[in-house]
Amino acid sequence: MIINHPLLGPRDSQEFTYLGDASLIDRPDWQAENAVDQFHDYLYLRDNPAGSHRELWFHETGDRSWLVVTRDTTTHEITAVELARDVARARGRSK
Amino acid sequence: MSQINRLNGGQIDTSRSLTFRFDGTRYQGHPGDTLASALMANGVRLMGRSFKYHRPRGVLTSGSEEPNALVELRSGARQEPNTRATTAELFDGLEARSQNRFPSLKFDAMAINDRFSNFLTAGFYYKTFMWPAAFWEKLYEPIIRKAAGLGSLSLQDDPDEYDKGFLHCDLLIVGAGPSGLAAALTAGRSGARVILADEDFAFGGRLNSETFSLGEDAAAEWVARTLAELNALPNVRCMIRTTVIGAFDHGICGAVERVSDHLPVPAPGKPRQILWRIYAKRTLLCAGAIERPIAFENNDRPGIMLAGAMRAYVNRWAATPAQKVAVFTNNDDGHRTAVDLIAKGVNVAAVIDPRPDAPRVADCELLAGAQVTDTSGRLGLKFIEVQLADGSERTIECGALGVSGGWNPNVHMTCHQRGRPVWDAGIAAFVPGDDGPAGLTVAGAADGAFSTHAALTTGASQAAASLEQLGIAAKPVDLPAAEDTPVNLKPFWYVKGGKGRAWLDQQNDVTVKDVKLAHQENFRSVEHLKRYTTLGMATDQGKTSNMGGLAIMAELAGKSIPEVGTTIFRPPYTPVAMGALGGRSRGKHFHPVRETPSHKWATEQGAVFVETGNWLRAQWFPKPGETEWRQSVDREVRAVRGSVGVCDVTTLGKIDVQGTDAAQFLNKVYANAFAKLAVGKTRYGLMLREDGIAMDDGTTARLAEDHFVMTTTTANAVGVYRHLEFVHQCLCPDMDVQLISTTEAWAQYAVAGPNSRKLLQKIVDPEFDISNEGFEFMACREITVCGGLRARLFRISFSGELAYEIAVPTRYGDALIRRLMTAGAEFDVVAYGTEALGVMRIEKGHAAGNELNGTTTALNLGMGRMVSKKKDAIGSTLSEREGLNRDDALALVGFKPQDSSAKVTAGGHLMELGTPVDASHNQGYVTSACYSPILNSSIGIGFLKDGANRMGETLRLVSPLTGSEVQVDVVSAHFVDPKGDRLRA
Amino acid sequence: MRYSGLRVIKEALTGHKGWKAAWRDPEPQPSYDYVIIGGGGHGLATAYYLAKQFGKKRIAVIEKGWIGGGNVGRNTTIIRSNYLLDGNEPFYEFSLKLWEGLEQDLNYNAMVSQRGILNLIHSDPQRDAFVRRGNAMILNGADAELLSADQIRAEYPFLNFNDARFPIKGGLAQRRGGTVRHDAVAWGYARGADSHGVDIIQNCEVTGFRIEDGVCKGVETSRGFIGAGKVAACVAGSSGRLMAKAGMRLPIESHVLQAFVSEGLKPVLPGVITYGAGHFYCSQSDKGGLVFGGDLDGYNSYAQRGNLPVVEDVCESGMSLIPAMGRARLLRMWGGIMDMSMDGSPIIDRTHIEGLYFNGGWCYGGFKATPASGFVYAHLLATDTPHDTATAYRFDRFRRGYMIDEKGMGAQPNLH
Repeated sequence: MIINHPLLGPRDSQEFTYLGDASLIDRPDWQAENAVDQFHDYLYLRDNPAGSHRELWFHETGDRSWLVVTRDTTTHEITAVELARDVARARGRSK
Repeated sequence: MSQINRLNGGQIDTSRSLTFRFDGTRYQGHPGDTLASALMANGVRLMGRSFKYHRPRGVLTSGSEEPNALVELRSGARQEPNTRATTAELFDGLEARSQNRFPSLKFDAMAINDRFSNFLTAGFYYKTFMWPAAFWEKLYEPIIRKAAGLGSLSLQDDPDEYDKGFLHCDLLIVGAGPSGLAAALTAGRSGARVILADEDFAFGGRLNSETFSLGEDAAAEWVARTLAELNALPNVRCMIRTTVIGAFDHGICGAVERVSDHLPVPAPGKPRQILWRIYAKRTLLCAGAIERPIAFENNDRPGIMLAGAMRAYVNRWAATPAQKVAVFTNNDDGHRTAVDLIAKGVNVAAVIDPRPDAPRVADCELLAGAQVTDTSGRLGLKFIEVQLADGSERTIECGALGVSGGWNPNVHMTCHQRGRPVWDAGIAAFVPGDDGPAGLTVAGAADGAFSTHAALTTGASQAAASLEQLGIAAKPVDLPAAEDTPVNLKPFWYVKGGKGRAWLDQQNDVTVKDVKLAHQENFRSVEHLKRYTTLGMATDQGKTSNMGGLAIMAELAGKSIPEVGTTIFRPPYTPVAMGALGGRSRGKHFHPVRETPSHKWATEQGAVFVETGNWLRAQWFPKPGETEWRQSVDREVRAVRGSVGVCDVTTLGKIDVQGTDAAQFLNKVYANAFAKLAVGKTRYGLMLREDGIAMDDGTTARLAEDHFVMTTTTANAVGVYRHLEFVHQCLCPDMDVQLISTTEAWAQYAVAGPNSRKLLQKIVDPEFDISNEGFEFMACREITVCGGLRARLFRISFSGELAYEIAVPTRYGDALIRRLMTAGAEFDVVAYGTEALGVMRIEKGHAAGNELNGTTTALNLGMGRMVSKKKDAIGSTLSEREGLNRDDALALVGFKPQDSSAKVTAGGHLMELGTPVDASHNQGYVTSACYSPILNSSIGIGFLKDGANRMGETLRLVSPLTGSEVQVDVVSAHFVDPKGDRLRA
Repeated sequence: MRYSGLRVIKEALTGHKGWKAAWRDPEPQPSYDYVIIGGGGHGLATAYYLAKQFGKKRIAVIEKGWIGGGNVGRNTTIIRSNYLLDGNEPFYEFSLKLWEGLEQDLNYNAMVSQRGILNLIHSDPQRDAFVRRGNAMILNGADAELLSADQIRAEYPFLNFNDARFPIKGGLAQRRGGTVRHDAVAWGYARGADSHGVDIIQNCEVTGFRIEDGVCKGVETSRGFIGAGKVAACVAGSSGRLMAKAGMRLPIESHVLQAFVSEGLKPVLPGVITYGAGHFYCSQSDKGGLVFGGDLDGYNSYAQRGNLPVVEDVCESGMSLIPAMGRARLLRMWGGIMDMSMDGSPIIDRTHIEGLYFNGGWCYGGFKATPASGFVYAHLLATDTPHDTATAYRFDRFRRGYMIDEKGMGAQPNLH
């Protein structure tokens, strides 16, 4: 596969390490009332779609960016690649 | 021996002769021959035996789809089983043997299976061999295994080398027949980067095997002229002997170039084959078509082959399978074989065509409305039985029969991403669907455009269309006029009414009867049919057999062929040598070797090295007279605990953490508190995964307010760094923190033992106070050594002794260890390896990889209270779950055998005295064990249920696997200096 | 009809006219007591044991394609019970024992071949871990044997003992492990289930669940509604897709695992070998093909195909272990979709929807588990209590903190 890195252009997927669903960005609030339940859902449950999937790839042998790649799990077609940092900020993550 | 079936002409160089052997017999052929064509020219028809019935077989095809003529090529370590004689290029001295026969090809004892074929029908083995149960492995299966298989591996290491490479292009053209060449010409002239690949050793594809003219010229002249132009274009790469094996995601294709297979041995420095990863923006499949046979009784005898193959042997290789032949065809193309053979002077006895209105094309007898019903000739065809249009029978003597049931577009690569071909009733064949790999289009016969004219024009137009998508304008090229004969065919799959066997899959011996039986037993879907009968599962993957099986199943099921469906072709297009896929990553080169800066020094000391991941680490340093590893390790341990030792710990992961939020960041990734760590201090850190399980541990030093240096275990260096970047970029993107792995930037050594300070004081520059008061336990500082060399000093201890770790820039590592050893001579300093390191950490009760096994919690490690509840650290929330906080949770404790001469076995399990030894009574297990030269006893550490409250209890340590059982006392894991006085001294 | 050598001979002499369909193709009934979704090995085994062992009637297996077309037909056919953890080992040992009597029970030769499995050891920590595992196996009633490098060399002289990057230092063998003809398992269970009255309905895709007041009443299918007393999902590889129709999110990701077979060769490998320093395991089928595999491609996928990097990785490992393989040819590669669970272990449990049951999350351990999975799932369906060997395979183990993590990789499915 080829991942079109937003900063570096097309790179072979062998340069990357895969983590999983980009929802791992949405880490719950540790002080919430039902924090354990929220963390359970966050860490263990997946939509696991057959179709468009937003997922985290790490450019391990490259520039060490975490990327959010939108890829179809039935065809492997990639339709978007974003820096995870930008996605995280857009979802309200800060410090 | 004379080449009795050699004709005139062809693309062989008769000015030179090549000598080769088949089953020990010497023959001669010429450059340009394949093994099959040369054998054929020498009058050899029998080349192999079938898989199941061991039927005598000759060639069926003239290409890589050959199911029958498989041989063992070469000898010794280069022996290569299952090589298609039809693609093996002849070279002088070639040696080949027939396979899957005993004792000889002509007399094969296993052919007895053929006599019992009525018992050995599809799937018979599922119905028997069940009693008694133990007989399967002992009796039935060994016999079956020995009889099965095809050729043999030598079992010697493959002596050849293989390479891998990357190529990039705008357009990859797969196949260099008329459509591929027209495409290459179109794309090449446009300036696009083009790769043209063909599996054959001559470009031209089917043009090499036909007698067509292109325009005014013979086809060969046009091919040569076109190639000359393509070879002169710098943007075009023509790759011969290169099979494109598969279409993978995003336009990446795999290809195997057979660099040296046509030579006796590879030239010096040259690989046997190269695996190319071709990154193509567009791919054009010009793979042509594959002819399909017709099934009739005993249609598998040597001499019976596809009509197109027969034509290829005669035209390209000037070899005829026999002096007298016949042709059996349901389509006009088959008649060409008769025409071409007659033109070459071969006697064509008759053309048999089941179509009543078959055209008269060749100057020989035409039997229209007739069909071949049976054949005879045990080791080679002698007679065919023909049922004429009026129902009468006729026997025709012939040594070969060309058969054509039509042609199947070679859609293979269009299915590699699970695309489904679609049925084209006009040619009674499957053509590529529109769901093939993205960026891949098809031209020529592979797309069902069978005439040469159509191949040329679609090749050119598809190439132009592909380039247009890339914004490259391609001008139309001038293509020669070529034959444009329409396909004229009446589907005819098998001859009905016979009682004998009619073969579909010749290699796996699947007959029409087997398909009928599969239908009768409800194995009716394509997948069931294939798996139950093994149809299409042979080395040719059904290229010549699948269609016949499908057609018969369709007929039996009362469905159309497309309703029955088609199996999906998978990569590789043709089988690929494992060596090519392995490349140079074998032997010592399987993985890269990482050596520390003092590796050379350690080698000079005679160190024994051990692989830890890709690193090589000194395991121990044997001294003269030490004959056993334990002697060296015991000496090293005693020397460290008695005076001082030096150990290379460079392999530990080192991560620089800088930024105004660095402390806050560490507080997030470590379970224990880090925010308030003072500058100049080091702290042990336990890192949890989000699920509350220990991920890694190590020490982190604060060199400045905004600068920390983290160490990780050797094994987890990469994973921890990745995790930290995840936490930073994905969870806390606005934290001001920068991370960089500095594992390779620093050489680091542990200096341990009561004299370690004295030793270091000799090299640390005098302005730095490293006295116990000036540089206390867990202190850290940036210093200089040896008169100005910058270094980092950490007062940390893995051994439990007074100890330091000192780091210098990598390039000074070698010099530093030499200086330490010289300076330490007065203290009898020793170099110690990972074994002594391991012994001392077990004596001290420090957890390492064996304890941090991915299932242990902070609580298990005795660090439950370290997990701060006052902050949001990774893993802290899910640490609260019930299962991670059981009352009887495993706890890390020490074990000492009651009999000091007994051995504690790592991996042994703990049982209470007097209970049965089984899983339900398991109390825990020993993770690490060693002989302690300090305690003069074998000791171990491990996990015990509720271990913290069981000190002093006696347990049985059982290891039924190694046949040992000892009684051990539960003790503190801190065998040596439990209060830590030494490391604070 | 009963299969036997005598029957084969009789049929051969009478033109094979007497062989009956191995299973019927009935039209679906309006309702059943039990509807099992998924005609793979596990689903068919569940139906078989539910009917035969637990005496249940009115059972249907519904399959969206053809039976045996999923992972039971695309694995590397290995059976073994060399697990470490208490939550797993008794279950897999139970499965191995069922394999040992399977053919006689089913009257179908699935070629259960106990030619042994060998896990190679390349380092001291690996040996410690394998000793612990071997002991756990023996303590759970399985067999295990620790072999020295010399013993391995005697059995497999062609492994790389000369210039290995990671030398072989020993191995953990399970002699009762081996291989089974994978397709025959599906067919044998199908035939057995059919003979006990189970309706096997092919080409019948579930399009939804009918759930009323928290109770599952049946399934909507491409062939109409089928009512059910109990609905049992058994579609590992597609679990996420199916259970989403019931509104459930699972602790499972779908990943592609590739497998490979070489051209047929005369016997080379007697048993199964697993490399301990690279991603590679290999056995040789009765037909002579070397059957091998390695690691997952590593990314979520439902595509049933993989990519070149893993192909190369597996073959590099193979070449480094067996340098003589260089001149054998890889014939075919394919991909299966694995239900990769969050701790690498399966789930066999009730769901929060009454009447809806779940069996999945098999990672790449599913094939060897087929008999036990069917048996314990049938037990759960029939009795509403888990079988003794499968009490740990609960949904709530993640919430409660009782993961069964053999590899110790945590909640990252592609590492299990």
